[in-house]
Amino acid sequence: MYAELKGAGFTIVSVAIDRAADDARPWIEAARPQHPSLIDVRHRVADLYNMVNVPTVVWIDEAGRIVRPNDVAFGTDTFKHITGLEAAPHLAALRGWVRGEISALPAERTRALLALPTDADQQARAEFGLGQWLWERGRMPSAARHFDRAGELAPHDFIIRRGTMPMRGVDPMGPAFREMLGQWTGAGRPYYRPLPS
Amino acid sequence: MPTTAADQRTFTIIDDGRPATIPVEVSDGRVRIPARAAAGALGWTLAGDVELDGLAAALGRPVAADRDERAAYVGVAAAARARVLTSLRAPDFTLPDLDGRPHSLAAHKGRKVFLVAYASW
Repeated sequence: MYAELKGAGFTIVSVAIDRAADDARPWIEAARPQHPSLIDVRHRVADLYNMVNVPTVVWIDEAGRIVRPNDVAFGTDTFKHITGLEAAPHLAALRGWVRGEISALPAERTRALLALPTDADQQARAEFGLGQWLWERGRMPSAARHFDRAGELAPHDFIIRRGTMPMRGVDPMGPAFREMLGQWTGAGRPYYRPLPS
Repeated sequence: MPTTAADQRTFTIIDDGRPATIPVEVSDGRVRIPARAAAGALGWTLAGDVELDGLAAALGRPVAADRDERAAYVGVAAAARARVLTSLRAPDFTLPDLDGRPHSLAAHKGRKVFLVAYASW
């Protein structure tokens, strides 16, 4: 899709929210992207944009303004049977916007759809930051305590709750994640929160 | 019970990702951060010395602390993040690619950007 649209005053900036470049490397090297593919070890972008899961996509216009806030979009239907989300509608809208055929959301609508962080969300991110700093220094039991605390403060923040599993030596695709997901969705809460179409 | 004499120790404060080690005084289980040390190492302007327990209120920022590990992480307040997001100005960032080269979002002004965050997990 990028090959199709690049040169039309458009670029993709992809950000891997991973604990180390090496975790993201296989994905990036397999994709051989021609756009900036960045590594966000400290969850900087997640904090700035209040992202709580991946994938999260944001549309930003030529003036550097958010014209479509945090949304969930997949590039393919590979995971549609799990997520229930089709790739086509978002990709079609994106194509239309890039080509100037459709406009993005008006500012007031964009503002209304913003997910703004709470004090608890930011406290969770501070606990995550401390946990990560401790993990980097081999202080694992202490790090895990702060990751736990972060998860309690922001149970909807799966960038923290699932994203810290590799640092804890837990398989983020394994039984611990499935149990966490089951508890979350079993209470009627969605794991992915796409914008209303 | 007599109070123990103040104990000089070092403490690491990570200010939104930037670590600085500062001397602190520990007494009665309380950690006192000297204003001058905070100003020098962190660039903070504090009205006076502040205790670790009161740091979040003094700064108006979230603080995660671990006394045993002698470390604390000071994050960014929700109100500050919300103010920027509500303005609809896309927050800028600079991050490395796989080769370690830094790239900034702001470098793409003049082009439409599709920002995608994903992960290996």
